[in-house]
Amino acid sequence: MNRTLYDKIWDEHKIHENSDGSSLVYIDRHLIHEVTSPQAFDGLHLKNRNVWNKNTIYAVSDHNVPTINRELGINDDISKLQVDTLISNCKKHEISYFDLNDVNQGIVHVIGPELAITQPGMTLVCGDSHTSTHGALASLAFGIGTSDVEHVLATQCINITKEKNMRINVNNTLNPLVTAKDLILHIIKSIGTSGGTGYTIEFSGKCIESLSIESRMTICNMSIEAGAKSGLVAFDENTYNYMMDKKYSPSKKYLSEAIKYWETLKSDNHSKFDQDINFDADLITPQVSWGTSPEMTVDVTGQVPDPELEKNSEKKESIQRAIDYMGLKPNDPIQEIMLDKIFIGSCTNSRIEDLRAAASVIKGEKIASNISQAIVVPGSGHVKMQAEEEGLDKIFLKAGFEWRQPGCSMCLGMNDDNLLPHERCASTSNRNFEGRQGDKGRTHLVSPAMAAAAAIKGHFINVIDFINEK
Amino acid sequence: MKNKVIQGQVIPINQSNIDTDAIIPKQYLKSINKSGFGPYLFDSLRYMDPGDLATTSKRKENPDFILNKKPFRNGSIIVANDNFGCGSSREHAVWALKDYGIQAVISTSFADIFYRNSFKNSLLLIIIKKSELETIFRSLTTNPIYNLTIDVQNQTITTPDETCIQFDISDSEKERIIFDLDDIELSLKHADKIRDYESKIKLKKPWLFNKNNE
Repeated sequence: MNRTLYDKIWDEHKIHENSDGSSLVYIDRHLIHEVTSPQAFDGLHLKNRNVWNKNTIYAVSDHNVPTINRELGINDDISKLQVDTLISNCKKHEISYFDLNDVNQGIVHVIGPELAITQPGMTLVCGDSHTSTHGALASLAFGIGTSDVEHVLATQCINITKEKNMRINVNNTLNPLVTAKDLILHIIKSIGTSGGTGYTIEFSGKCIESLSIESRMTICNMSIEAGAKSGLVAFDENTYNYMMDKKYSPSKKYLSEAIKYWETLKSDNHSKFDQDINFDADLITPQVSWGTSPEMTVDVTGQVPDPELEKNSEKKESIQRAIDYMGLKPNDPIQEIMLDKIFIGSCTNSRIEDLRAAASVIKGEKIASNISQAIVVPGSGHVKMQAEEEGLDKIFLKAGFEWRQPGCSMCLGMNDDNLLPHERCASTSNRNFEGRQGDKGRTHLVSPAMAAAAAIKGHFINVIDFINEK
Repeated sequence: MKNKVIQGQVIPINQSNIDTDAIIPKQYLKSINKSGFGPYLFDSLRYMDPGDLATTSKRKENPDFILNKKPFRNGSIIVANDNFGCGSSREHAVWALKDYGIQAVISTSFADIFYRNSFKNSLLLIIIKKSELETIFRSLTTNPIYNLTIDVQNQTITTPDETCIQFDISDSEKERIIFDLDDIELSLKHADKIRDYESKIKLKKPWLFNKNNE
């Protein structure tokens, strides 16, 4: 029987099949953070239960932490209590925790791969929907709610029903300055925010093979925005190179055994997918979201849609509602939309490659006068340090950007980094929902290079034209 | 046979892609408790002024929002369009719905993580056909007082005009709604199997447990 990559990881971890068709599946790694774990630990304590295997768990605070003057501690008492609760739960159960001022601290989905906590062929969960990110390393990773966090803490397993297999095959290669972010936004625009619901998506094809692991993470990260809990990419030479010499890479003693297993992590020839979708990478241009769902995205050279042209009345109303919320007008050219803030960061786009891309656009330029704030929030302490070694922080600061400390920051605005009512932001994050970055705030999702060019111009511009004119 | 019958006024939300950020905005995720989220359900749509966990003053309601209108304020069954509960995995969204008094959500489709979280908390989600959904929305425009009766064991929804809509639900989901199951206890019945599996992979994939890189 020819199996897909998803089938293989599933079979490898299935412990027991329940009578209702669901299975008890073993979880190799469990990542936890301050926001979705306190109630899970409470549940354990109420029933006097223990953590099953503390060695599989890594914890970090990222969602609700300041990105400025962190050395002084957390100002907000409610936020501080949440972080302190995680720290005390980790102490009680002897779980590895990366402290706020530790270089290993960062966004949970950035540090997992970066420290090789995430490894090929693993099952990995976290109480966060963007756990799909880790699938870039040929692992089966998905987000769970707090009840499941408690369940995995107590049993090291999860009861789930197997998803269907979807393959998204991307032919050819991306044009210069068109990035993984543009590709995944284009895919979501095409298949819709529920196009992947009920599926695990394997991304494959020439384009995916040509992409770095960091770019693959951007793509897998936003699988959830297409409705799929997990996205994954087969193990290859890029994965192999990425896995070497990291903090928790397999030791020399076991490396050859590990590699032998990793090399099996690809779909067999002629394995069966329930759905196959093809895209051509070289036809894709830089993307900008105009509305309040990630599927509401157009080419940068395009315009805001006209609801009058939509025949379906429910869709028409949803377009109109999004246009009103976003403070736009039908047929407004995307490149004429003026911006207030710029956010470069989030688990989608805060890795070194993203910061390099943005910095290369910004170099020698200044942000436009209408931009009230532009911030860069590196994904981790290591990304920050690497960027500083390369002098990227200087480029950003000189252009008028703020250079912050690692965390989720303005992607969801749980800390002090957020949009004021009606402010408009070019953001490298993953969600443009109403109020996501701040009450009544307006979010446009773009790649780091596009956000950088928008910062300089004060409005959206095709980054390809921007570089050609430069 | 034990059953659960839910009866209540419908709250119609004829929108697709209602995300969990809308159901419970981020500022409330700072709470370390599981209860007390009801007053913040659909917070930014429901109130005119912003709020957070520290807000003590009475907030001004948005008179246009469905939960602030009669008879919907006391409703307990949400009927919404496609892909309800998409986005963030925050279980706080389910806790907020439950805490407000919502007992069931009816839609044409739900996001996967939200779906799991709901049944973990005995919040009944029901998937019906688009045509059935549209009929409910249409009926509500002529008569907003609209009570549904949901019989979980018999898998039926009965409308005020006695129309009966049959729905699918798995046996295990049914059990979750009718009984208060302790999932962890159920899984721990397989503790020996989990231990066996773990000792097997310790030999097969020793690098997985080699935390300190020894």
